[in-house]
Amino acid sequence: MTTPWTTPERVALRESVTRFAQTEVVPHLRDWEDDGRVPRELHRAAAAAGVLGLGFAESVGGEGGDAVDVTTQTEALIEAGASSGLCAALFTHGIALPHVVASGQADLVERYVRPTLAGETIGSLAVTEPGGGSDVAALTTRARRDGDHLVVDGTKTFITSGTRADFVTTAVRTGGPGHDGISLLVVDTDLPGFTASRPLAKMGWHCSDTAELAYDGVRVPVSNLVGAEGSGFVAIMRQFVSERLSLAVQAYSTAQRCLDLAVAHARERETFGRPLMGRQVVRHQLVEMHRLTTTARTYTRSVVEAGLAPDADPMRQALDASIAKNDAVDACKQVVDQAVQLFGGAGYLRDSEVERHYRDSRILGIGGGADEVLSDLAAKLLGYAA
Amino acid sequence: MANIVVLVKYVPDATGDRTFTSDNTVDRVGVDGLLSELDEYAVEEALKVVEAGDGEVTVLTVGPEQAADAVRKALQIGAHKGVHVLDDAIAGSDAAATSLVLAKAIEKIADYDIVMTGLASTDGAMSVVPAMLAERLGLPQLTFASELTIEGDTIRIRRDGDAATETIEASGKMVVSVTDQINEPRYPSFKGIMAAKKKPVETWSIADLGIEASQVGTAAAWTKVLSFEPRPPRTAGEIVTDEGDGGTKLAEYLASKKFV
Repeated sequence: MTTPWTTPERVALRESVTRFAQTEVVPHLRDWEDDGRVPRELHRAAAAAGVLGLGFAESVGGEGGDAVDVTTQTEALIEAGASSGLCAALFTHGIALPHVVASGQADLVERYVRPTLAGETIGSLAVTEPGGGSDVAALTTRARRDGDHLVVDGTKTFITSGTRADFVTTAVRTGGPGHDGISLLVVDTDLPGFTASRPLAKMGWHCSDTAELAYDGVRVPVSNLVGAEGSGFVAIMRQFVSERLSLAVQAYSTAQRCLDLAVAHARERETFGRPLMGRQVVRHQLVEMHRLTTTARTYTRSVVEAGLAPDADPMRQALDASIAKNDAVDACKQVVDQAVQLFGGAGYLRDSEVERHYRDSRILGIGGGADEVLSDLAAKLLGYAA
Repeated sequence: MANIVVLVKYVPDATGDRTFTSDNTVDRVGVDGLLSELDEYAVEEALKVVEAGDGEVTVLTVGPEQAADAVRKALQIGAHKGVHVLDDAIAGSDAAATSLVLAKAIEKIADYDIVMTGLASTDGAMSVVPAMLAERLGLPQLTFASELTIEGDTIRIRRDGDAATETIEASGKMVVSVTDQINEPRYPSFKGIMAAKKKPVETWSIADLGIEASQVGTAAAWTKVLSFEPRPPRTAGEIVTDEGDGGTKLAEYLASKKFV
């Protein structure tokens, strides 16, 4: 039976992306983890392979493709041995560019979107501040008008690819308090007054550099405003659905990869004269891992598909994406933990892939809306209020 | 200007189990197959040639219905159009008959400058079709190219042998086979996958090529496979325990196998 996930084109896409991961990523990933960053050549190679621009329209220099295609690509990358950290590092533009594309500002598309999708430049998104993460409406980074420029002062933190970025799509306060006062501004990182910290040392996602950014009187042309002044909050919220779904996909794909590794290990590893797979307790553990992974995938995929409908209800999508992320993250947590358990001492070693997934996956329930924030949002959207 | 015909073959996936049909020929229908890996180098080289100048790449395959997958894959990688020679009578053809079908198909394509192939198929692994084709088409052959340069209508290749490296060139129409050293084949991008859906593929029968059924298939084959059997699994090795006389035992063993 052919489903939207198994059309000949998506089967071919999966095959190509798998090959990209196996040739361009997997042999180098360990080095990049040690370096704390992925090289720019990877962006260029990904652009050449058509991987970088998937999900962006050809009219802005992208590869075309919809959310099912992008999901297929993420699944294939991780299941072939890449990682959620790699996705964070290589696809940072997935959160840095969509607002710019949606604004339809040709000048910004030419200067930022096209070169980034061609693998020539790297962009980041800066929303979170040291004073608060998921509470976007409270942000304090200030952009004050001065003639044709906006002068930006403030600090951002946990900024993915922040030490490598050529530009940062920055959430700034151009107006009064609350969400109406927030705008998005594209800031070139070579402007005077802009500094990125050295990479923050993290538990996981080692190949993905993370920075603290300081804006000290950075003068940015007003023409770098994305959309209308004061439209930033809505633009950010609108992208949260796809970001959360993307993290859900990374979560269940990581689970699938760990399950695959655990199954292979259980067949191969012999203890007390027979393979691990010969023990009922191990088989049941693997089935449990399979159940968690498969149900998370099925639910997330259904939300991705529903989002493609022209009459998709944005509130329903916001709810479903929150539930999908929390569900997939929960599944992933349990599966990576069990995978390390099944690998035993070897699973605790830096050289084992499951160890990396175990560390990498911890961020998935924190970034892009923490579990608790999403549960709260879901409660609101479901009308569960006293 | 170089229009290139690239020959591609749909072969059983080497990672799967190899099976044979009742007439001792390779089962190409009931197994998972794919574009022969060695043909990807030919597709890549052809694309590089036309991208550096201009012209079109036509991929040509002879094979059962599923062989269309090999054509589609080549179109996804970037070839411009495809031709699939599909005819039940062809099943079981040997290299000679295959080269006849290919030669007739290439003559029908007519508008070409270069016929490009991989160094062998990954299933038959005979490496003779390019030479047979060159003979049938009356063209020069530059085979086993590990490097290729073009100047005008002259192509020069490097051919690495065991003892020497040769540089060979030819002009005008020719047959070129390339090795797996010549380039790094690209794989289909999403755009390529979507674009392939709209690329033209023609399906021809042997009648379209003016070939009689008696000229192809098992009946026309010059050779016949009488029997086959899988290579026996490796047997456990013999362990020599050294009790002070290990060297003698090893020498005796090697002598018994006539190694020394």
